Amino acid sequence: MNSILKIKNLKKIYHTKKSETLAVSDFSYNLKENEFVSIVGPSGCGKSTILSILSGSLEKSEGSIAKKDSITFGYMLQDDCLFDFRTILENCLLGLEINRKCTKENKEYVISLLEKYGLKDFMDSYPKNLSGGMRQRVALIRTLALKPDILLLDEPFCALDYQSRLKVSEDVLKILRMEKKSAIMVTHNLEEALTMSDTVIVLSSRPSHIKNIYKLDFDKNLSALEKKKTDAFLDYYNLIWKDIDSHV
Amino acid sequence: MYSDEHKRFLKKEKWYCLSVIFVQIFILIFLLALWQVAANFGWINTFITSSPKMVVETTLHLVKENNLFYHIGVTIYETIISFSLGTLLGLLIASIMWWNPFVRKVIDPYLTVLNSLPKVALGPIIIVWCGAQMKSIILMALLISVIVMTMSVIESFEGVDENKVKLMQVLGAKKMQIFFKLILPSSYKPIISALKIGVSMSLIGVIMGEFLVSKAGVGYLIMYGSQVFNLNLVVSGIMILAILSWMMYSLVYTIEKRLTR
Ligand SMILES: Nc1ncnc2c1ncn2[C@@H]1O[C@H](COP(=O)(O)OP(=O)(O)O)[C@@H](O)[C@H]1O
Ligand SMILES: [Mg+2]
Repeated sequence: MNSILKIKNLKKIYHTKKSETLAVSDFSYNLKENEFVSIVGPSGCGKSTILSILSGSLEKSEGSIAKKDSITFGYMLQDDCLFDFRTILENCLLGLEINRKCTKENKEYVISLLEKYGLKDFMDSYPKNLSGGMRQRVALIRTLALKPDILLLDEPFCALDYQSRLKVSEDVLKILRMEKKSAIMVTHNLEEALTMSDTVIVLSSRPSHIKNIYKLDFDKNLSALEKKKTDAFLDYYNLIWKDIDSHV
Repeated sequence: MYSDEHKRFLKKEKWYCLSVIFVQIFILIFLLALWQVAANFGWINTFITSSPKMVVETTLHLVKENNLFYHIGVTIYETIISFSLGTLLGLLIASIMWWNPFVRKVIDPYLTVLNSLPKVALGPIIIVWCGAQMKSIILMALLISVIVMTMSVIESFEGVDENKVKLMQVLGAKKMQIFFKLILPSSYKPIISALKIGVSMSLIGVIMGEFLVSKAGVGYLIMYGSQVFNLNLVVSGIMILAILSWMMYSLVYTIEKRLTR
């Protein structure tokens, strides 16, 4: 499979009045089509920084990010960032409106997503009437509306309780697989990383560089729960845990 | 249908609200009665304290002989003009400040000084510049309300969640789109509620202005009363003003409730 994104020697220094912080010292990765990558690492090591740079909302200091011009990013933050003065449908159409792409087909596409993921009845309600898990799905549909090729997910399930977290992460994964998207997800939940991804990248503590890359070879058809029961899962878990632990 | 417990709960709530209103009215009547009794028995000198009866008589006299409603109209008119101008100008200045962080940084200390400066101190200058007329009064009230509006609007603009701004940027929004699709609608409620402060501030400014220069208005009545040592007039003026400001506030409050549901 082809790489659709080549990140090479990415480096980021934050400058503030008081000091400068080397957040990311060296990050390289080639993302393949339809690949789901998780980035794990100690908190404050620069995971969000990497995603912000990829999304274009933050300048990099050094390094290169190569992709075809036609490849676009969708960025989903930890906070669902739904606008409470817009209905669910209006929230989902935000990106299309901004890019003046609110055509009939695109609108229908969004409505079909809402329908597919069980939100059609809530299309005209306001975010405050939705549960955390539903809000997160709305945020995902808002991101998908612009049909991005690569999704950048920054701890997308952090705000959810354990139960809905399991459910929503499985939903989201299903959605991404169905819509055939690549994704880079930041998480500090190892279980989530292992059950959702094809590849897990472990970062060192700040200034971060890649400590290890694990290509997971679970059977694609296993559910999250089934994956967790395999021996391989436990092995990966222990390996990665040791990677992270030895750095704190 | 409600359960019996809920009915009891509702009944209790209703009684509670009613008793609050009852006590409020009772206190009002009690104080007025005490005032009147004290006046009747000569415990207080009505020449400097007036009395409820005299206030009513004076007010009726004002209506008949001095065109009270004209004075009230003048005050309301000045308040509305300075309030609307202050609101629009405040919105505009706050928008510019949001738009250009450099301007915002530069303006900040000036705004703080202007905000803490008692605006009445500017009265004499305003009178010299604009003359002893309605323009001065409106300018005075405008100064007060515009600063309050600017401060509260910019505060709500800047209170909008950073992450939402970031989201807009990532979705490719231009600054104009961020402003009209996120910042302004997010600040809708805070702005509407700032209007309540705005209307009070405008009224304060108008009365201050009328104290200084006017030939008409409720503030003028109060000032004139004190100059000719007619305390009945002063107290009546204050009463009228209290009712007036309460009415304006309730009006804006009702509009706020209507607009924000
Ligand atoms: N805007 C900023 N200015 C200065 N330092 C920052 C800024 N944002 C993040 N940092 C620093 O960069 C490091 C990495 O941050 P971040 O990417 O948010 O970590 P993570 O997402 O892995 O927890 C942290 O140590 C943080 O203090
Ligand atoms: Mg982070």
